[in-house]
Amino acid sequence: MSFHPKMAYDATFQKSARPLEDEGPAFVYTPANRARFDEIVRRYPPDRRRSAVLPALYLAQQQQGYITANAIRHVAGLVGITRAEVEDVVSFYTMFYTKPVGTFVLQVCRTLSCALNGAERVTEELSAKIGIPPGQTDPSGTFTLLEVECLGACDRAPVVMVNDAWHENVKPGDAARLVDDLRSRGEAALSGCHHVIEQKR
Amino acid sequence: MEPLLTRYVREPNAFTLDFYLRHQGYEGFRKALAMTPDEVIEAVKASGLRGRGGAGFPTGMKWQFVDKKSPNPKYIACNADESEPGTFKDHLLMERNPHLLIEGCAIGCYAIGAKIAYIYVRGEFLHVQEVLERAIAEAYARGFLGRNVLGSGFDCDVYVHRGAGAYEAGEETALLESLEGKRAQPRNKPPFPAVVGLYNCPTAVNNVETLSNVPLILLNGAEWFAGLGPEKNGGPKLYCVSGHVRRPGVYEASMKITLRELIEGHAGGVREGRTLKAVIPGGSSVPCLLPDQLDTQASFDGIQKAGSLLGSAGIVVLDDTTCMVWLAENLLHFYRHESCGKCTPCREGTDWLHKILRRIEGGGGQLRDLDLLSSISGNVAGKTLCAFGDAAVTPVLTTLKHFRHEYEAHIREGRCTLPAPWRATRALEGVH
Repeated sequence: MSFHPKMAYDATFQKSARPLEDEGPAFVYTPANRARFDEIVRRYPPDRRRSAVLPALYLAQQQQGYITANAIRHVAGLVGITRAEVEDVVSFYTMFYTKPVGTFVLQVCRTLSCALNGAERVTEELSAKIGIPPGQTDPSGTFTLLEVECLGACDRAPVVMVNDAWHENVKPGDAARLVDDLRSRGEAALSGCHHVIEQKR
Repeated sequence: MEPLLTRYVREPNAFTLDFYLRHQGYEGFRKALAMTPDEVIEAVKASGLRGRGGAGFPTGMKWQFVDKKSPNPKYIACNADESEPGTFKDHLLMERNPHLLIEGCAIGCYAIGAKIAYIYVRGEFLHVQEVLERAIAEAYARGFLGRNVLGSGFDCDVYVHRGAGAYEAGEETALLESLEGKRAQPRNKPPFPAVVGLYNCPTAVNNVETLSNVPLILLNGAEWFAGLGPEKNGGPKLYCVSGHVRRPGVYEASMKITLRELIEGHAGGVREGRTLKAVIPGGSSVPCLLPDQLDTQASFDGIQKAGSLLGSAGIVVLDDTTCMVWLAENLLHFYRHESCGKCTPCREGTDWLHKILRRIEGGGGQLRDLDLLSSISGNVAGKTLCAFGDAAVTPVLTTLKHFRHEYEAHIREGRCTLPAPWRATRALEGVH
C-alpha cells in the first residue's frame, strides 16, 4: 500500500530482498588463510572474537570468489556467533558478493563529483562494450559491471574500481579501451592511485 | 600559509618512517610522553582543535569526557571511513603521510589512558590499508608502538580494521557497531562513546585529519596552532575541491581563506566559457551556497553564518550546465542506497524522495509533488537516531529553496530542461 497513487511498492522497493545464499561446495579455509585469520583475531580482546567477522569474510571471499552458506557456517564457527548473525553482516555490507562475479568486477562511481565529470557516460560505454547492463556479469564470466556510490577520489573523477584496484580519470572515450586492456593485460592495465603510481616508478 | 599536514605529500618516499623521522617525526609523541596525560589534553584544548570529520566538536573536550575512572579499558577509534561525497582528504593523508596519523593515535591513546587504537578504514581503500599496515609495522620495529614505548612504560597498539562498504559506518556509533562485528547501524545517544563506546568501554572516536593535527600541537605549542586560523578555528585545514573546476584536488590552508580563493585561486575556477551556479561547501550533506556568497570565510563559523556548514570540507563546484533536479536525484540515490534501515523515517523517506525526484527529472512530475517533497523531508529531519536523516533531506530542501523554478520548469515542460553532454544519453537503471 502506498499513500501516493503513483508510488507503488514495486519489486525494487525491498532493499534487503535477496536470494538465499548459495550452499556452495564444502568450505574450510586453506591453511594459509587459517593462519592469517588466527593472526587477525588476536587484534581484538579474547572475548570479542566477533570483531573479526569482516576480515574473516574477506578471507572467505578471497578464497572462493563469493560468500556461500557453507562459508558463512565456517566463519560463524570460527568467530563464535550464529550463522544468522554472520548472514546479517554479509547482507548489510556491499563489498560481499553472494553470487559468483566475473574475473574483473568493474565498479563505476556514480555519485555527484564523478557524475559531474561524466561517470554516467562511462557506465554507458562500458555497458555497450561488454554487452551487459549494470548489475550483471557477462556470459563468459570475465566482467561484472556495477554502479557504486562515492569511492572518495572525487579529485580524480570519474573513478572505476576494478576488483580492489583503482583506475582514475576515466574519460568516456577511454572506457572501451579499458575493457580490451583488461582482457590482454589484466590488472596491470589499471592506473592505480597516486601511491601505486609512485611505487611503479 | 605553508602546508603543514601535506607539506611532504608530493615527495617520493614521504610515507616511510625514515623520511618521517628526518622531518621531526614522532617528536610530538616524545614531548607528550614527557608530560602527564592531563597536560596533553589541556594542550589540545588550548589549541582549539575542532573535529575535522564534520561536526567540528572540540577535540580536547571530547578527550576530557572520556571516563577515566572507569575500570574498563579505554579505546581510540580513528574514523577513516571517509565516505562523504566530495571528500577525499583523509585518503591523501593516509596514503602519503601515514606516520602522522599513527603518531596522532599514539598521543591520543596516551592522553585518554587507552592502550589500543583501531583505525577503521573504508573497505574500498585497500591500497590505503596496505600503506598503513606497512607504516605500523615500521613503527613497531623502531619501538614507537608496542610494549614500553620509548622506555616510558606506556604500552600502545595500533590496528587497522577494514570496513566493507557502508557510508553509515562513518557515523561514530555505527562505526563502533561495525568494529564489534555487526551491521553499521547507529546507537541511541546518550550514552556517548566517551562513556559507553567500543565493547561498552570509554572510547574517543576521532577523524583522521583531527588526529593528524595532534602531533603539530605538541610539537609547536597550542598558541601557535590556534594562531594559524581565525578565532576558534585554529590550525591548518584540508579542503577537497572537486566537480566543475580546472584543478580539482586537496588544498591546505588556514581557515582565514575564503571560498573564492579556494575555488578561483587554488582550483583554477570553473572551466572555459562556463559560469558558476552553486557551491556545496562541506560534502553532499550540507546546503548549497550561491555565487554571491563566494567571499565567505571557509571556516566552521564563517560558513555557518552564511547558512551552510563546513562539514567535511568537501567543496563540490557546480557550473551552469548542472540541472539541480538531477543533482538532488543523484544525491538521493546515494542516500537511499546508504540508509542503514534502522530508523523508519529515513529508510522509507529516502526511498520516497528518490522516487519522486526521479519522476520529476523524467518529466512525469506534478506541481503537488513539490509540497510532497517538503512534507516528507520534514518528517525525516530530526526524527532519526543519527544525523543521516537531516543530511539526506538537505539536497532536496536546498535545491527546492534556491532553484524551485527548475523543478517547476521540469513539471511544466514534462522533461529535463537542462540536459548536459556529460550525463547519460539514455536512462540507466543500475541494480544495487
